Amino acid sequence: MPNIVVFVEQLSGKPSRASLECIGAARSCGGTVTAIVAGAGADAAAAELGRFGAAKAVVLTGGEASPDALAADLAAIAKEQGAKAFLAAATSAGRDLAPRVAALLDSTLFSDCTALSAQGDAFTAVRPWLAGKAIATLGSSAPVFCATTRPNVFAASEAGGKAELTTRAAQSGGKAKVTGIAAKAIGKLDVKEAPVVVSGGRGMKGPENFGILEDLAAAFGNAATGASRAVVDAGWRPHSEQVGQTGKTVAPQLYIAVGISGAIQHLAGMRTSKVIVAINKDAEAPIFKVADYGIVGDALEVVPALAKAVRELKAKG
Amino acid sequence: MKIVACIKRVPTTEAQVKVAADQKSLDTAGLSWMTSFYDEIAVEEAIRTKEKHGGDVTVLTLGPAEASKDVREFMARGADAGVILKDDQWHARDVRSSARILCARIQKSGAEIAFFGKLATDRDNGGVGPMIATWLGWACVSDVVALEIAGTQGTAKRETEQGIETVSFSLPAVITCQKGLNEPRRANLKGIMAVKQKPIPEEAFEDVPNQQQVQKVEPPPARKPGRIVGEGAAAVPALIQALRNEAGVV
Repeated sequence: MPNIVVFVEQLSGKPSRASLECIGAARSCGGTVTAIVAGAGADAAAAELGRFGAAKAVVLTGGEASPDALAADLAAIAKEQGAKAFLAAATSAGRDLAPRVAALLDSTLFSDCTALSAQGDAFTAVRPWLAGKAIATLGSSAPVFCATTRPNVFAASEAGGKAELTTRAAQSGGKAKVTGIAAKAIGKLDVKEAPVVVSGGRGMKGPENFGILEDLAAAFGNAATGASRAVVDAGWRPHSEQVGQTGKTVAPQLYIAVGISGAIQHLAGMRTSKVIVAINKDAEAPIFKVADYGIVGDALEVVPALAKAVRELKAKG
Repeated sequence: MKIVACIKRVPTTEAQVKVAADQKSLDTAGLSWMTSFYDEIAVEEAIRTKEKHGGDVTVLTLGPAEASKDVREFMARGADAGVILKDDQWHARDVRSSARILCARIQKSGAEIAFFGKLATDRDNGGVGPMIATWLGWACVSDVVALEIAGTQGTAKRETEQGIETVSFSLPAVITCQKGLNEPRRANLKGIMAVKQKPIPEEAFEDVPNQQQVQKVEPPPARKPGRIVGEGAAAVPALIQALRNEAGVV
């Protein structure tokens, strides 16, 4: 059983879902998982990790919110553990840390993987190329297999027991330091992590109409709002919401494309969603070719009716 | 200040790609190419940094001779020089191989700041910039949407799922650029004429073997055919039915 080191992100003592899925991915490779948690609340988060399959959990204490110092700690622990793999979730933190850790281990990097497997110590990664226009299966001869796992793809399994907890003083002397964060509104989910994504395109007719998409997202409760490149370029929505090849690649349980025609670069970013719903007034729009369910109609008329129906359904339980 | 901006030649975002007959690569016949979307933002930020703080910008690429067209375009926009590490296998390299080769050249250049796109839109790894920074012992900020430099100190804002992070760092540094950092300029006629005859040297480099072996490349799995459940708001109950009873997602 290869030792696998997993970097676990946490917020106020709760491990992130994407990180728990990453532990799940490591376990599915038959790995013995050492999870590493840092920052305020790391103790509380670490205490939960045994339940999700970690054999060991290391809490980095102190520390100075420096990504390069953190990467040095992660690489040092991977070396001490004789780890055959280092994994992190493919989030902004994980994608920032993983190449630094890989560099310190003189190993290449496999980003945003959608499947992992191992035969003993030999790892194989499946990952999209060109935002999903092609899917590559890649073998690794790196000294340590370093990869990030796409959120919403791997299962977090709650089958484990108790992790052996240790603490370790974090390194200081980082070259870059995070000095602050302008946090998003509480409860606002990121489009990459949300189980449901409600996206709007040109068919929304103007930025003032996106309120009805936000309301539909609120009706689901676990949804984020997304946007097509056209409406981001037009300045109707922020880039953080853009889905597609020059935005984010998403794979939610349910993707609702509203007034989005379905350009190749948009389809590349969302075609692995479990269920796709398209609402578009043009019955010939390419989005209908990838959609499981379609409604031909005006977004401004259909979306409020859908929000109402979702609320009624949730009220019934 | 010596400034480097790295670019990669990739298939256009509009391109529909096909898997090659060997099923281990992409069929590049008839593909149209462009500079990776985010790299254009990186070059723009490099030029703006020069305009504010002085110095010179070198556009560096690991790629084919044809990349000279892209490099020249950026010289017309304001970059001072271009270098091509000539490589017909640039798209088949793993992250570490590309990063090691570029790292050696950046080190040789004496640069104090190197700009990259947040990822190249062909392999989507986003690892080259942070890897190089790590080997050089430089600071690195990724996914940057705002940048300020004063003397040898910098402040960058980066986009995360939780919100916008502020990061302070000292030079030398690697910055990887996210959409929103700037609006790339177009070259004007004067710029185009000025660089028409400028040489863009092709250089050789010491090869670094891959640690990644391509076993298989496939088209994405076809989605099973869907259906139109109806028209207008009247179709909402049928959609809810389908999502609840067939798909089980609500």
